Amino acid sequence: MNEHGASYYGRPIVRAPIWKAEIAWYLFFGGLAGGSASISFIARLRGNDPLRTRLLLIAACAVCLSTYCLIKDLGKPERFLNMLRLFKPTSPMNMGTWIFSAFSGSVFTVLAAEFFHIPALGAIASASAAFLGPALCTYTGVLLADTATPVWHDAYPDLPFVFAGGALASSGAAALLTLRLDQAGLARRCMLAGVALEVLGNARMMGRLGDFLAQPYRHGKAGNFAAASERLTLAGGALALVAGKNQWANRAGALLVFGGAIYRRFAIFEAGKQSALDPKYTVVPQRERADRRAGASA
Amino acid sequence: MQEATSAAAEMATYGLEADERYGFFTDTTLCIGCKACEVACKEWNELPQDGYNFTAESYDNTSQLSGTTWRHVAFIEQFALPVERPDPAEGPVTVRIGDGVPPQSDQSGRWLMSSDVCKHCAHAACLDVCPTGALFRTEFGSVVVQQDICNGCGYCVPACPFGVIEQIPKDGRVGKCTLCYDRLKDGESPACAKACPTESIQFGKVDELRERAQKRLAAVQNEFQGAQLYGADEGDGIGGAGAFFLLLDKPEVYGLPPDPVVTTRDVLKMWKFAAWAAATTVGVLVLSGMLPD
Repeated sequence: MNEHGASYYGRPIVRAPIWKAEIAWYLFFGGLAGGSASISFIARLRGNDPLRTRLLLIAACAVCLSTYCLIKDLGKPERFLNMLRLFKPTSPMNMGTWIFSAFSGSVFTVLAAEFFHIPALGAIASASAAFLGPALCTYTGVLLADTATPVWHDAYPDLPFVFAGGALASSGAAALLTLRLDQAGLARRCMLAGVALEVLGNARMMGRLGDFLAQPYRHGKAGNFAAASERLTLAGGALALVAGKNQWANRAGALLVFGGAIYRRFAIFEAGKQSALDPKYTVVPQRERADRRAGASA
Repeated sequence: MQEATSAAAEMATYGLEADERYGFFTDTTLCIGCKACEVACKEWNELPQDGYNFTAESYDNTSQLSGTTWRHVAFIEQFALPVERPDPAEGPVTVRIGDGVPPQSDQSGRWLMSSDVCKHCAHAACLDVCPTGALFRTEFGSVVVQQDICNGCGYCVPACPFGVIEQIPKDGRVGKCTLCYDRLKDGESPACAKACPTESIQFGKVDELRERAQKRLAAVQNEFQGAQLYGADEGDGIGGAGAFFLLLDKPEVYGLPPDPVVTTRDVLKMWKFAAWAAATTVGVLVLSGMLPD
């Protein structure tokens, strides 16, 4: 089989996503929001008020930024609410909009409950946000995988784990960066677990894609982003792990992890575009599949 | 899952208004590359021009389907001339020599021409992933965008396994072939099929067209090595196309995917993995919460 995969004047077969950088940022901010709200709820259960309120504020800011990115990227932003015309499980974007709407509603209810001192309402809404948070962190894996984009679709078992790991890592890092270490022990543990989940999930994804389909992650923009994210995440995780009780070493590690999580989203986003733009990633696996089937039936 | 999204099941929602499934059979052995279909489509659907582009890719300056180009005639030159294939890295101006099946011995080469169009899949990814319900299945089994609903989220664009549907520049919404929904409502055939001078584009009931395509394939396959039907099999990854083709070479030579599969075929499995990942996240949170600071 021709390694280049014949195509019509070398043109792409499937279309690259038309989403702009806002969506890569949304993948990050959505994860940050979901992770922060979830950790905030655990902090509430532990009676850790500084961590609870700090993560609540981070979640609220991330929700605002996510909303901006999601609406700005639409071709007709004024029609954003058309997303809620129906409830459609085959459309991860539709399901995601419901999850995101319910989640952001919960986060702002917690915020209002804090402001007006209604602890019961705050506890209920915080639990609701913590329940929806993990869904918000992981549905984005389905969102990307449910396309014909070669490196996204074929990675569907791993993408939700990579995104979940990045969400925990960046939320924990955000708290570690903005609080004293003795207040952010829970956040630090979540960050380290998130780093492990993100790195292992990514390694599994590369193994699943194989040498041929993983090529977009090694070249061009996506290659640079992927290399940067891997180095930042691993270095930051290792630094925080050995830092022990040293606040500033922990913060330096958290900063690297935070940056690594951003780069990871951009790596996955750009690799998807690159894999769609080169027809060989569409043609070669499909041609092999078709030939195998023809051989089996002959 | 597959059953639930079948064209028949969706058409059942039309009740008494449901019609049989209609579509195109594009017989590329008859295409003369006149592009009347492209022009007729633009005229009827009031689509803007693509600009004066010169691609140096045979007689094709349209290049591809887009949000405002719903028919595209591909021109493939297959000549076994003693010319070395130019290095693709040298630039966009390349002459493809001897792609695909070698020409028969009594010819010095051949031209392949084919009018491409939306496939109107039985399992249509664009329709499945559309979050607003702007894309819908008509009573004729075709897949159409409601322009007053589409909010330009762009999800259908990478979802289509054929790379057909595309965003319309400066408009933001997406566009693609409607199988001339308005003409069908009035009992007319689509503009491209009406304009085709050689009946390369044939419009009709999909069942009848499939029979006709099988007969045509049997008639030509001795003369044309590599002749094959594309998209005519209900058992394929998209449940059979409403617009299918008789091709003279491998699909990828025409810019078509060799084995397209609707991405939503795996969507249940995708949700299961997302649920596992969410459960893992909860596990991490609970464990981290139980450990002492």
